Amino acid sequence: MEVGMGIRERIAKRAAKELKDGMIVNLGIGIPSLIPNFLPKGMRIMFQAENGILGMGESPDKGKEDANLCNAAGYPVTIVDGASYFDSATAFAMIRKGLIDVTVLGGLQVSEQGDLANWMVPGKRVPGVGGGMELAQKTKKVIVVMSHVSKDGEPKIVTECSLPLTARQCVHLIITDQAVIEVTKEGLLLTEVMAPYNVEDVVANTGAFLQIAPSLKRIE
Amino acid sequence: MMVAGNEYGKIVSIEYAIDKVMDGCTLMVGGFGGVGSPPTLLQEVFDKGVEQLTLICNDTAFPHIGVGPLVKEGRVKKAIVSHIGSNPIAGSLFQEGKMEVEFSPQGILIERIRAGGAGLGGILVDIGMDHEWLSKGKPIVEVDGKRFLLERPLTADVSLVYAKKADPFGNLVYGKSARNTNPLVAMAGNITIAEVEEIVPLGELNPEEIVTPGIFVHYIVKSRGVNWKWAWE
Repeated sequence: MEVGMGIRERIAKRAAKELKDGMIVNLGIGIPSLIPNFLPKGMRIMFQAENGILGMGESPDKGKEDANLCNAAGYPVTIVDGASYFDSATAFAMIRKGLIDVTVLGGLQVSEQGDLANWMVPGKRVPGVGGGMELAQKTKKVIVVMSHVSKDGEPKIVTECSLPLTARQCVHLIITDQAVIEVTKEGLLLTEVMAPYNVEDVVANTGAFLQIAPSLKRIE
Repeated sequence: MMVAGNEYGKIVSIEYAIDKVMDGCTLMVGGFGGVGSPPTLLQEVFDKGVEQLTLICNDTAFPHIGVGPLVKEGRVKKAIVSHIGSNPIAGSLFQEGKMEVEFSPQGILIERIRAGGAGLGGILVDIGMDHEWLSKGKPIVEVDGKRFLLERPLTADVSLVYAKKADPFGNLVYGKSARNTNPLVAMAGNITIAEVEEIVPLGELNPEEIVTPGIFVHYIVKSRGVNWKWAWE
């Protein structure tokens, strides 16, 4: 199933709830980049970009873009008070030193151990690893947002990833168009189900064992 | 207003500077998704028809932006990059075996460039250790019980960078996020050519604010400005 616009926004809205005041956050491209639209006004979050910005603000109005002020995907941004510019080696120093509180990344597959594959499909698409490997391996909390199943209807949450890994045992939370799943030491824990899906749908669309949280919530 | 002199002979014509970029050379280019890549120098390298390049850059940009056109026209024999996803033509050339690509994780690529520019023999990293491609042929080094991959430094025959301001010694100040890989790329070139928006007289840049000391910069050329349409336009 393809993730349509409304669904992308629902996923982003749910992911936004994971961000707290005072955090340092790096957002991947795609769905993660929609998250700032769903944050409460006045929340102090320093958004980091691996090309060399700490303290990104909202997207500029049309016509106000600055070609020298862009995020890691090459799209124009603004900055907030207290922001800084630096070179990309410094940007990755912050990442590898473990100073980023949360990163939200896209995913192709996540395993029940929290292994993440999100950078290549051998023989098909080899975009390159970019900065995802370091973000996944070194960030305090890694949230993966993605469609629950692939375009061919195959589960993307699996016992073992079949695609080349970005990093092992790095994912803490998975947010999809059908569910919110925590990666725990005891395995995957289904904590929320998104309407119109029910628990049976989610279990059927997941390629790994799911424990159902006693406090399971339904998101309308 | 004072006019910048040329006390160090580093301010040259674009044609003179580009003469250093030869067929088959290793060319390192600053920029990240094309932002902060030197538009005028890249256009001149393209127009000169240079071929068989080994290109070292953060990424292959977009087909019409930054290093993208060089890749698109098959001028690059080998690319050492972190990402080719924004340039579908790079992906096709790679898949068809027409362009070799050596991937490094982004932060490792830039540290390899920094190591090259800083005269180091390599760096020890714990990224990509158990990845078949990324660890292939790289020695494992154990330090205090921890295992690391040895990643080799990168240098280039010629480095092309883009800055906001230069003085005649080649001291550079960058513009916002267009700084990105440029300060590291500037250090790693055997010859470094800086394309700048503005050349100011000696003494006008505040020494506290200089990001790249001029010792790393061999030639300075004045930019004609960006000649591509941005991906977001």
